[in-house]
Amino acid sequence: MLQLIVNRCLQGLLTLVLASIIIFAATEILPGDVAEAILGQNRNDAAALEALREELGLNRPAIVRYFDWFFGILQGDLGVSLSTDRPIADMMSGRIWNTARLAIMTACVAIPLALILGLISAIRAGGVLDKSLAVTTLSLIAVPEFFIGLGLMTIFAVELKWLGANANIRPYYDFGRIVHAMALPVMTLGFAVLAHMLRMTRASVINIFTSPYIEMAVLKGIPKRRIVMRHALPNALSPIFAVIALNLAYMVSGVIIVETIFAVPGLSRLLIDGVALRDIPLIQACAMLFGAVYIVVNLLADIFSIIFNPRLRFPK
Amino acid sequence: MTDVLSIEDLWVEGRPPGGKYKPIVKGVSFNVKKGEVVALIGESGSGKSTISLASMGFARPGCRISAGTIKVNGENVMDMTTKERHKLRGEKVAYVAQSAAASFNPAIKIGDQVIEAPVFHGLQTASEATEVAVDLYKKLDLPDADRIGGRYPHQVSGGQLQRLMAAMALSCGPDLLILDEPTTALDVTTQIEVLKAFKDIIREQNTAAIYVTHDLAVVAQVADRILVLNGGEVQELGDTDQIVHNPAHEYTKTLMNAVRPAPNQLELDHKTGDDDPAPILTASNITAGYGSGPSKKTILRDVTVDVPEGSVVGVIGESGCGKSTLARVIAGLTPQWEGEVTITGHKANPRVEKRDKETLRDCQIVFQMADTALNPRQRISDLLGRPLQFYHGLKGKEKADRVAELLELVELPAAFASRFPGELSGGQKQRVNLARSLAANPKLVLCDEVTSALDTVVAASVIDLLQDLKERLGLSYMFISHDLSTVASFADHIVVLYAGRVVEKGLSSQVFQPPYHPYTQLLLNSVPEMRQGWLEEVATTDEAKAASAGSVELREVGCPFSNRCAKAIKGVCETKTPPLRKIETGHEIACHLETDVLPK
Repeated sequence: MLQLIVNRCLQGLLTLVLASIIIFAATEILPGDVAEAILGQNRNDAAALEALREELGLNRPAIVRYFDWFFGILQGDLGVSLSTDRPIADMMSGRIWNTARLAIMTACVAIPLALILGLISAIRAGGVLDKSLAVTTLSLIAVPEFFIGLGLMTIFAVELKWLGANANIRPYYDFGRIVHAMALPVMTLGFAVLAHMLRMTRASVINIFTSPYIEMAVLKGIPKRRIVMRHALPNALSPIFAVIALNLAYMVSGVIIVETIFAVPGLSRLLIDGVALRDIPLIQACAMLFGAVYIVVNLLADIFSIIFNPRLRFPK
Repeated sequence: MTDVLSIEDLWVEGRPPGGKYKPIVKGVSFNVKKGEVVALIGESGSGKSTISLASMGFARPGCRISAGTIKVNGENVMDMTTKERHKLRGEKVAYVAQSAAASFNPAIKIGDQVIEAPVFHGLQTASEATEVAVDLYKKLDLPDADRIGGRYPHQVSGGQLQRLMAAMALSCGPDLLILDEPTTALDVTTQIEVLKAFKDIIREQNTAAIYVTHDLAVVAQVADRILVLNGGEVQELGDTDQIVHNPAHEYTKTLMNAVRPAPNQLELDHKTGDDDPAPILTASNITAGYGSGPSKKTILRDVTVDVPEGSVVGVIGESGCGKSTLARVIAGLTPQWEGEVTITGHKANPRVEKRDKETLRDCQIVFQMADTALNPRQRISDLLGRPLQFYHGLKGKEKADRVAELLELVELPAAFASRFPGELSGGQKQRVNLARSLAANPKLVLCDEVTSALDTVVAASVIDLLQDLKERLGLSYMFISHDLSTVASFADHIVVLYAGRVVEKGLSSQVFQPPYHPYTQLLLNSVPEMRQGWLEEVATTDEAKAASAGSVELREVGCPFSNRCAKAIKGVCETKTPPLRKIETGHEIACHLETDVLPK
């Protein structure tokens, strides 16, 4: 089993390297380079452009610059932002926490909720509860996030004034205030990821229902609830882990709309700012971080699947 | 009030998804007394499993019990609440399914599954139940009884798992035990051990039992009474002795006639191997397996097999001995590591994709499961038309005509061309599967367990068809099967494979008559006979005891059978691999024993 996990980790590393190549190549293909971006209006001045390229090392071959950049990242050096002249690592550090807070809080609410509702749907498959859950969650996923976000804000922050509309957390906030500020963005993001995980939990559990060992359990006189929890769920974990991983990654990297609506100074905002200002090192760093998050959570999902599979845990 | 189970006028209905309910069990009545074993026999679709499940108040999804009374210990199951039914299933009636491998939950330790019912229903505490379970493991002759419960299902063998499922059923001390084809998925050698264990424990616990099977010889060993079913209706109900020896109903007679005699009781004309025609297939010194690097697993070792033109070569052996691998090597699906395959005199490339069209056409393979071999989304005309187009460039009307011819060849109506595989019965699908291989106009057909998934009567008709085609088209077959009776009635030559090595080969009349290789003898003796009392005789022989002590082990050195052989010579058999030795012309045996001490 250890061998499998090590192999999987190596694969993850390889994927990360490939991702870095793609990110670097993509920014390389873009018209214009960093020097042109810095000079802005003056980019037609050939001498200045050349001097700046020389200074930034842009005249070196792409391969050399790639390795320079890649080994920099390995050592924690993400480069310097063009727009602010500050190290990108510093710019990110504060924002990572904002994004992570939103993701973790959403995960803590949405994942258990999705699992529980998914299991209930599976137990009551075809029943009223199952159908109404399906309609509700699918409607929620069908409505765009900005609509839900603004809708919730209008109702709970503007009209009722129960919850906050600004989720820019200040360091001096106490827990109650954090909850007050974060409730709406967490709800908005939660609605977006809930349906997916719920449907997958329900589908994988129901898929297991057709197995002969479930019929065996029924014939042992085991009630449905126990059959789902004890006999079906442990065999349905692998696809559930996979979909949780996908959604976790989404909560980190795909939350631009939620961050914008609720004024969360997070990583997605940073990335968008980077694009707007043609801050290529910043774009690369953000893309690399998001790629790493995707790879790591998927890696974790695979490792959990391996650990929870007795065939792999105890080979013959 | 000695009836543990009494069923009166039971009707069960079933419906295909979205279809209408149709009766599948039509007014069946019977009873089972304490300590009695009643067998339900019939072909698939006769409703035997459905009836046995109904006695637990259970109907599979898409089915419903529509009428009748089912009484267990005098209480009507149909009147029970859900909770009462749960109690009935966990405490009074227990079920043993056909495939233990599928019926054990792969994610839960065996012991926890065995004791789940009694503990959950509050009959025993976990530690009491574990004690009972360990006791049952011992009675069922399971190895390492104290610790086997701590393993996961994938860590024990198929035969052991089947016995563990019996332990699971017996753990709650049921009044009625339902055994649904519990040995059908097992090899004959394993079947003996399991049958014996079941029979002893049923007798010891004085449990009432329903035994569902299609194998009459097995029924003769375990049942007190037999209920013969066809199309959901009772044909005949009587004592085992009467049904087996003196069947009254026409249908029972048909069933009995489809049973082939045991191979060693067959009258075979003895001819020597001198006058054989040239081989159409030669597989020489094949070594093959799966995987690579450290996980590499060698299955076949130095296997040499010839198929003379126009003859049938039967390949026999237990599961895991490499029979299918051999067929796959010959077909080019599993490239061999060493050795050479020659088809119609031409050396064939190990890889199927590199073989030329002629080689591909000459050698066709028919797989065991027609269900998985035929694309469910293609019509029969497309399934048969594709090889016609590929090999012979047929199109349009020519192709349609040839499809009709092929269907006629396998005795199916031409109108089947427009159907999908799902609309056909198992036997019909297997005929289409066969027709697909014939579309190429092959000279050699590799049949991999083609009758194993079929009922006795249907299987017999497929064999007759194969025989007929052989004569009409001049085909040669390599016929792989674990069913010795079928092979014996059909094959001219026999190759006995054990753990990836050829242990005996020769003409059928030579292999199925003494002297035998010890393994061939074990196989032959393990084929159930109709005779009542056969099981007790055979299970107590030295050979059977030695065989049940070990399992098939692929080994590099020594005789692979040495760990299960009653006649193994210590210090020789496990260290030196016996070469194939000529006994008489055409008959070879790989054994260290001198010819005159080989089993007779």
